[in-house]
Amino acid sequence: MKILRCPLNGPRNISEFACFGEVVEMPEPAETGDDAWADHVWNDNNTAGVVREWWCHLPSSTWFIAERDTVTDKILRSYPASEVYGERRDFKAGTPPT
Amino acid sequence: MAWGLLKYGFSRRYPARRDIPPTPDLKPSYDVVIIGGGGHGLATAYYLARDHGIRRVCVLEKGYLAGGNTARNTAVIRSNYITPESVRFYKESVELYDGLSAELGFNLLYSQRGQLTLAHSDATLRTFRQRAEVGRFCGTRIEMVDRKQIRELVPGLNLEMKRYPIQGGLWHPDGGTGRHDAVAWGYAARAAELGVEIHQRTEVIGLSVDNGRVTAVHTDRGMTQGGQVVQAVAGMSSQVAALARIRLPIRSFPLQAMVTQPLKPFLDPLVSSAGLHAYVSQTARGELVIGGGSDPYPLYATRSTLDLKESLIGHTLELFPFLAEVRLLRQWAGITDMTPDYSPILGASPLKNYWLDAGWGTWGFKATPVAGKRLAEAVATGKLPAILEPFRLERFRSFDLVNEMGATAASH
Ligand SMILES: Cc1cc2nc3c(=O)[nH]c(=O)nc-3n(C[C@H](O)[C@H](O)[C@H](O)COP(=O)(O)OP(=O)(O)OC[C@H]3O[C@@H](n4cnc5c(N)ncnc54)[C@H](O)[C@@H]3O)c2cc1C
Repeated sequence: MKILRCPLNGPRNISEFACFGEVVEMPEPAETGDDAWADHVWNDNNTAGVVREWWCHLPSSTWFIAERDTVTDKILRSYPASEVYGERRDFKAGTPPT
Repeated sequence: MAWGLLKYGFSRRYPARRDIPPTPDLKPSYDVVIIGGGGHGLATAYYLARDHGIRRVCVLEKGYLAGGNTARNTAVIRSNYITPESVRFYKESVELYDGLSAELGFNLLYSQRGQLTLAHSDATLRTFRQRAEVGRFCGTRIEMVDRKQIRELVPGLNLEMKRYPIQGGLWHPDGGTGRHDAVAWGYAARAAELGVEIHQRTEVIGLSVDNGRVTAVHTDRGMTQGGQVVQAVAGMSSQVAALARIRLPIRSFPLQAMVTQPLKPFLDPLVSSAGLHAYVSQTARGELVIGGGSDPYPLYATRSTLDLKESLIGHTLELFPFLAEVRLLRQWAGITDMTPDYSPILGASPLKNYWLDAGWGTWGFKATPVAGKRLAEAVATGKLPAILEPFRLERFRSFDLVNEMGATAASH
């Protein structure tokens, strides 16, 4: 059994969590071309090494960030998202496609 | 006895036979450099040499031949997918497997005993109906079967499991298995005879890119150049593509499988349940091969986990409760290159002389012959064969995906 520490609920079996991929900056939709948008939607760094990822503790729906090594399968650190995202980010309203 | 054996062993009339020559020195250049010595890389090399007369080819493999997913898979070969694009593609592979042992002079233990996929819900039955219609339309053998027919096909199967009894099935007589390492060794042996160089223990560590072309391939045994360069490295697809500064829609997940002690033959077809995330087949040796869903998060470690084994064994026992006392013999994992639509990425890359054979995830063994044959055609002629069109990397730019998630997850 592998243990992941949820910032709200403490150490829990990793089967209670879901991984939602690397923490990446979402480009501003209204100002992003088709190629860059497709790159953001589909492509992935798929890092072999230390990654910073979104995780969710499913029973309590707690979202947070964890750092782990994808080669050694070691979890290094987990913390609330507020450590990275201090303030709310609003995206501009895009023009709907014609 | 011992004397006779020695006489035979040293006789010149019975020379020791090597399947492939020892690794030679790297030449300064080749017509085609293939990165990755799994089934896909080796098949591509074989068809380049056999069908297109391109023999100045080298295959660079960082470990030993076919030590990657080629020798880790559960050997399921089938063509019962859901989109016509996929059915046509995998059907060609099944047909190639049919004559392959004879063609390669290598026993692949190809055994077409049919695959039965089980539905535990109305929703699954509906997708089975669609797969049966699409499959028949494309000329594969496939049909819906009811509980009575299932009982006849697999007498020991427990249809009455609590909460999710089996409601029907999808029967695919074209489905089967083959000996996976023999596929790689068969291709390697015949490719080597045609002049292809196979370099084991040769890791590609860098690619020089200039003016939209790969101009040099750097390995831990020195540098070489290829007129065309192909990557076929499965779980390491993102890392090798990154050497050419190409980004891919791939995430690498471990996939685990296991084998039990040998039992008397009782199971002829392959049995698979998408709902239970488990599939079982019995090998010629009598061992049961058990596989299921992927690990829950991306990883490059081929460790096995108790969590996955527990769920896989639990579900297998729902299908065959009488296996409860049977022991496990082996367990292992491979790193699979998963795409968002569960279809491969085959064909050109953003670079002019660089080709991709990637995104094979949990389902690429069955495609080894067709991928090798058709990619060789693309590399040799510079034109993508129509059958590969749907699997271009560009489909992710135009949002034109080939969704096979439902027909792939846990049925391989
Ligand atoms: C447990 C499991 C069960 C599976 N079951 C099935 C199944 O039943 N049916 C099915 O169709 N598919 C199945 N698959 C998927 C299938 O095994 C793969 O899709 C297929 O074997 C891929 O073949 P390949 O030749 O592309 O990759 P591989 O055999 O992995 O070969 C790639 C090679 O590239 C080498 N390499 C990597 N990086 C470098 C580098 N930098 N330089 C040089 N060489 C490098 C590796 O060492 C490796 O040998 C399964 C996979 C697993 C793990």
